Amino acid sequence: MAQPPRPTMNQDSAFFWEGTLAGELRIQRCSECGRLRHPPGPMCPTCNSLEWDSVVASGRGEVYSFIVHHHPPVYGLETPFAVAVVALEEGTRIVGNVVGRDPSEIEVGMPVEVRFVPVDGEWTLPQWQPREE
Amino acid sequence: MTNGLGNRAAIVGIGATEFSKASGRSELRLAVEATRAAIDDAGLTPREIDGMVTFTMDSNEEIAVARGLGIPRLTHFSRVHYGGGAACGTVVQAAMAVATGVCEAVVCYRAFNERSGRRFGAGRQGPGADAACAQPTDWNAPFGFVTPAAWVAMFARRYMHETGATSEDFGRVAIADRRHAASNPAAWFFERPITLEEHQRSRWIVEPLHLLDCCQESDGAVALVVTSAERARDLPHPPALLKAAAQGSWLDQEMMTSYYREEIGGLPEMGLVGDQLWQMSGLTPADIQTAVIYDHFTPFVLTQLEELGFCPRGEARHFIADGNIEIGGALPINTHGGQLGEAYIHGMNGIAEAVRQVRGAAVNQIDGVEHVLVTAGTGVPTSGLIVGQA
Repeated sequence: MAQPPRPTMNQDSAFFWEGTLAGELRIQRCSECGRLRHPPGPMCPTCNSLEWDSVVASGRGEVYSFIVHHHPPVYGLETPFAVAVVALEEGTRIVGNVVGRDPSEIEVGMPVEVRFVPVDGEWTLPQWQPREE
Repeated sequence: MTNGLGNRAAIVGIGATEFSKASGRSELRLAVEATRAAIDDAGLTPREIDGMVTFTMDSNEEIAVARGLGIPRLTHFSRVHYGGGAACGTVVQAAMAVATGVCEAVVCYRAFNERSGRRFGAGRQGPGADAACAQPTDWNAPFGFVTPAAWVAMFARRYMHETGATSEDFGRVAIADRRHAASNPAAWFFERPITLEEHQRSRWIVEPLHLLDCCQESDGAVALVVTSAERARDLPHPPALLKAAAQGSWLDQEMMTSYYREEIGGLPEMGLVGDQLWQMSGLTPADIQTAVIYDHFTPFVLTQLEELGFCPRGEARHFIADGNIEIGGALPINTHGGQLGEAYIHGMNGIAEAVRQVRGAAVNQIDGVEHVLVTAGTGVPTSGLIVGQA
């Protein structure tokens, strides 16, 4: 089955994908002002510091918005499939698939938690499954 | 924030090929056909054109088009980035060139076989596919989140959640466009209006978007000639004077996936364009008789009506349900049928329609047109124009 394209890891983003491989959802943090940011980038848009580290997120959040993809077919993914923008407890947002629930049952505001899904042993995707409050 | 562009330049020529699903000829041929038609319409010759502007996404180099037309000298050539957001931006650049004396007359063009060739609707899949929608891929593509319809649907779902808008509210935009296309012989959907029931029955593309919320994929080309306001007075057609022309990009801007802003129910980059248009022109929404509102997907038409001040935030569904956007309403939009009804030429066909409305030469002519507002692609860094009578 065709696979999704791998992320183009570079010096700004490798920490994130190394994190998912290690079972951690990492969020970039400005070392200067402490602001969290995702997607990651080289500079803090608040204070312009180039220094950063990361924190490990709780992995809990809620569906901020979502779509159900029917057409066209996408590299062998079975349709319909759901994609959500998840608002993390820490305050940043992230895109991922919602799995383990029929797409017709997904709602804005639904509590979700991260699930790490290995793609081919070399990289791992953070996906989202419903959680009990 | 006045930038001095108001009333300095005019669109004096428009040209187009037919709009189809399979042009049967090269994109370069479409480009030279449309540009030549626009130059003829302006009452000029290729020798009098000294500037060219197109989209970064266009495959026809300025020098290739100039070579075809036999244009001897070019003193300005440039491109505007970000997909359909470039449409009115090409006119902004042309207006700057003629207002500063860098050029006498600039031709702006967009030509593609977007249906029979590379289809944008398929999304970015596979290596080298990102020419259409270059964007940070790492955070979307691994999840199969790769099509323009999907990216817009994500905004639309949130908008519905926040405003109470429904799929039927989106559908009414498609109905207006298709009604207007039905009486436009140049439109692909000439004589083929749709009903709300048909909209609701059309298959899901990406929930919450039905097929009939999505614009067409089209082959074709449109070109525009821009010159100074002074020069425009001597040319055959009544000029469509640029009362205002502006581009806009906003904090935390992405290419169709700006999901990380504090709120995503609006289009702040279009708000920025609108603010500049009103300020530069000294006009208000009440001064606009008809508008061309970019309609690659229906939901962003509602958002734009709000960002531009035609109705309050969250109220576009009522504005539309009251019939305002159809011919006979307070603000008929997309009188050519829009990109859902006429053709998807990345917004350039909408600018041509605005010019026809100012000239009094549109097939669905609105009475007493003094000013027409046009917008470019949404969800991306974008642009807009107000054209009016000199």
